[in-house]
Amino acid sequence: MASGVAAWLPFARAAAIGWMPVANMPMPIAPTEKNKRADELIVLNVSGRRFETWRNTLDRYPDTLLGSSEKEFFYNEETKEYFFDRDADVFRAVLNFYRTGKLHYPRSECITSYDEELSFFGIIPEIIGDCCYEEYKDRRRENQERLMDDDEDKKDAKLPNMTFRETMWRAFENPHTSTMALVFYYVTGFFIAISVLTNVVETVPCGATPNTKEVTCGDRYTVAFFCMDTACVLIFTVEYLMRLFAAPSRYRFMRSVMSIIDVVAILPYYIGLVMTDNEDVSGAFVTLRVFRVFRIFKFSRHSQGLRILGYTLKSCASELGFLLFSLTMAIIIFATVMFYAEKGSTSSKFTSIPASFWYTIVTMTTLGYGDMVPKTIAGKIFGSICSLSGVLVIALPVPVIVSNFSRIYHQNQRADKRRAQKMQKARLARIRISKTGSSNAFLHSKRNGLFSEALELTSSIEEEQQLSKNQSLLESQHHHLLHCLEKTTNHEFADELCYEQSYLEGALQSYPSQSPSLSSQEGMTGTCCTRHTKRNHAPLPNSSIPTCALSHTHPHHNLQELSTIHIQPLNTSRSSLNMRVDEPARLNCQSGTITTAIISIPTPPATTPESDAHPPPSGPALQNVVKVSAL
Amino acid sequence: MHAHTHTHIHTLNQSQTQTLCVAVNMGLVMGTFSMQSNKQDRTYRKDKIDDDFELSIVCHRPEGLDKLEAQTNFSKQELQVLYRGFKNECPSGVVNEDTFKQIYAQFFPHGDASTYAHYLFNTFDSAHSGSIKFEDFIMALSTLLRGSVREKLTWTFNLYDINRDGYINKEEMTDIVRAIYDMMGKYTYPALKTDTPKQHVDAFFQKMDKNRDGVVTLDEFILSCQEDENIMRSLQLFKNVI
Repeated sequence: MASGVAAWLPFARAAAIGWMPVANMPMPIAPTEKNKRADELIVLNVSGRRFETWRNTLDRYPDTLLGSSEKEFFYNEETKEYFFDRDADVFRAVLNFYRTGKLHYPRSECITSYDEELSFFGIIPEIIGDCCYEEYKDRRRENQERLMDDDEDKKDAKLPNMTFRETMWRAFENPHTSTMALVFYYVTGFFIAISVLTNVVETVPCGATPNTKEVTCGDRYTVAFFCMDTACVLIFTVEYLMRLFAAPSRYRFMRSVMSIIDVVAILPYYIGLVMTDNEDVSGAFVTLRVFRVFRIFKFSRHSQGLRILGYTLKSCASELGFLLFSLTMAIIIFATVMFYAEKGSTSSKFTSIPASFWYTIVTMTTLGYGDMVPKTIAGKIFGSICSLSGVLVIALPVPVIVSNFSRIYHQNQRADKRRAQKMQKARLARIRISKTGSSNAFLHSKRNGLFSEALELTSSIEEEQQLSKNQSLLESQHHHLLHCLEKTTNHEFADELCYEQSYLEGALQSYPSQSPSLSSQEGMTGTCCTRHTKRNHAPLPNSSIPTCALSHTHPHHNLQELSTIHIQPLNTSRSSLNMRVDEPARLNCQSGTITTAIISIPTPPATTPESDAHPPPSGPALQNVVKVSAL
Repeated sequence: MHAHTHTHIHTLNQSQTQTLCVAVNMGLVMGTFSMQSNKQDRTYRKDKIDDDFELSIVCHRPEGLDKLEAQTNFSKQELQVLYRGFKNECPSGVVNEDTFKQIYAQFFPHGDASTYAHYLFNTFDSAHSGSIKFEDFIMALSTLLRGSVREKLTWTFNLYDINRDGYINKEEMTDIVRAIYDMMGKYTYPALKTDTPKQHVDAFFQKMDKNRDGVVTLDEFILSCQEDENIMRSLQLFKNVI
């Protein structure tokens, strides 16, 4: 529940009087404030700077340091104030959080000091308001990158006990780790350059022999070029196989872009070896040779900038797509217009609309080859409009791409972007958990509340205190309000699982009628799914467990504990905690999870399902005892 | 040759005229469209900004503390606490219906409290001005928390009597009850059936409508509530809320 509206809780409770005439049943007793104090000012002395605020303001967030009893550790008896030896500037933001319900991030603060203060005062940074959250996240990311860079420098020290495979992989990925890796790096780079050069020089015309026409160098020195090619391909193949061997995850390596480029670079050679010099396939063979130019992409392993360029283009996919789309639209429009404009003129090159496409592209990109020119006046007018608009359409998305490139180049955040997206989900999840905590907290504490009410009757004070200590007065008042609503409508809040369960049951069997001796429907009757997941949830807050749990106070402890609470029912209408056991179906809610059993008297405890491990401690001679065992 | 080109320079043949017309049309259409949307955007934005500006100017200060203390059953300290909370949530001094609904909905995360909050708002806003000032707020709270039984029941009657005609008929009651059930949300135990509100309303009328004329008047209402012990007890439930 948001803190600011805690002040409106009295109003909400007062408005509940509107339900009273509609309700058919008596309302639960309101929680009383045991030691009611008038609201007082408390002084918080933070490194000499005194902040004063109402006690109620701090009580709004009982799960933080200042809102809980933890602050008593810092209480100074002599000066009657709470002293904190922390940063006073950041404390301003913390205190404002209590006052306004919004946490702001002061831009002048260092991110690490801010984080430390927040964790000291028990505030999760995810609740930083939207106004400051972006800034906070950016600064955090920068800081983490800096840390990562530092880590990388430190990491170059060779770790002992690395397998040969791991050493190789590290050598491939970070060439400056060892001399061998560096040698390998330069050798492969050299051979890539040689290979590309060979491909280029192959096609240069290389002097003519007297009787034949001019031939390319490739045809003249076939053998030499073939040997060069073979050598390069051999080196590349060996390199690829070594990388494949050393890769920690071969499957992932084979799917990566670099390995695909490697494969495409060497494949044409092998295909060419296999294929015979057939007339039919020689055309296809020529196409394959084109793929040899892909070897130049192998340089991207050697050049950081090339990788960043590739990543930029990938991340600007939407801008590029927009550019392409708008260009296509403009081309079609102008080509159509030019075609119809030039239709009349004789010997016009604009023979069809697709033929006009070429003119439009050449004009819009301001190339202007001049092989197609409009001759009519209308054509010239539209041609000029075409070239002007071309400049605009192309100039618009380009700065976006440029700025993207520079941003990525400076921050180099490939993996960080992916991580940031995950953290966004985590942030929303955490906020959602703390928000839905209130709704689940009610269901959760309802079970607790029943225990504490029951215990109140037997006046076992310690247990009662133990159970209710975690609930602030505010929470208990809010829960009382929700309890009143339940009474008014004669229905209870449940969560999704219980709802579906009861829905199914309602369809299958008729609702068993309660005997009039069960004078009240509170107590254990209403607890539908008395279910407990047996799995040990890793430390999640109580509220995040979605199952409605009949809980002793620590549901995520070892659930094998049997906690039996003996409750002596008195003869008041509120406390008859008997329940018919003729609802076994409801007890065993879902298969696969362990159910808690509610036993009622006078049936013997043997009716408890799955209670084999723990025989009931007290004898059946005790009448009117309700045992609750949580398995 | 000369004449040939001459013709081509000075006359536009049919296809060229067509092209020109199409292009001019296109240009006009696109121009007006863009200007239109531009203007609309501007006016919309202007209105919105003006509205926000206006709302932030409207600021209401309540009457003096002494006067309020005299008019209500609260002490000075209680009024102070109440006003601090009120002002914190509504710095401008007035609550409009949307804010009211938001605040009330925070207490009922399971279901939809907006309908019931709407009826509440209308009851609090006795002057039907569309917003609740602090005085309205504490007048109602004073009635609810510190008022006599008759005052509380009258207030509740006004809540149920949606159209303020002095009678509660079945439709009004069904609306109210349905609004209350809406606050429970979808996931309840036992599952809510569609005619549960109707049954509830029938039971209510059974109890309250003494002369079986289909409507409940204020006197019938007060009389019937005074006969019911549960209701009497629950009316005293929130005495110590402040």
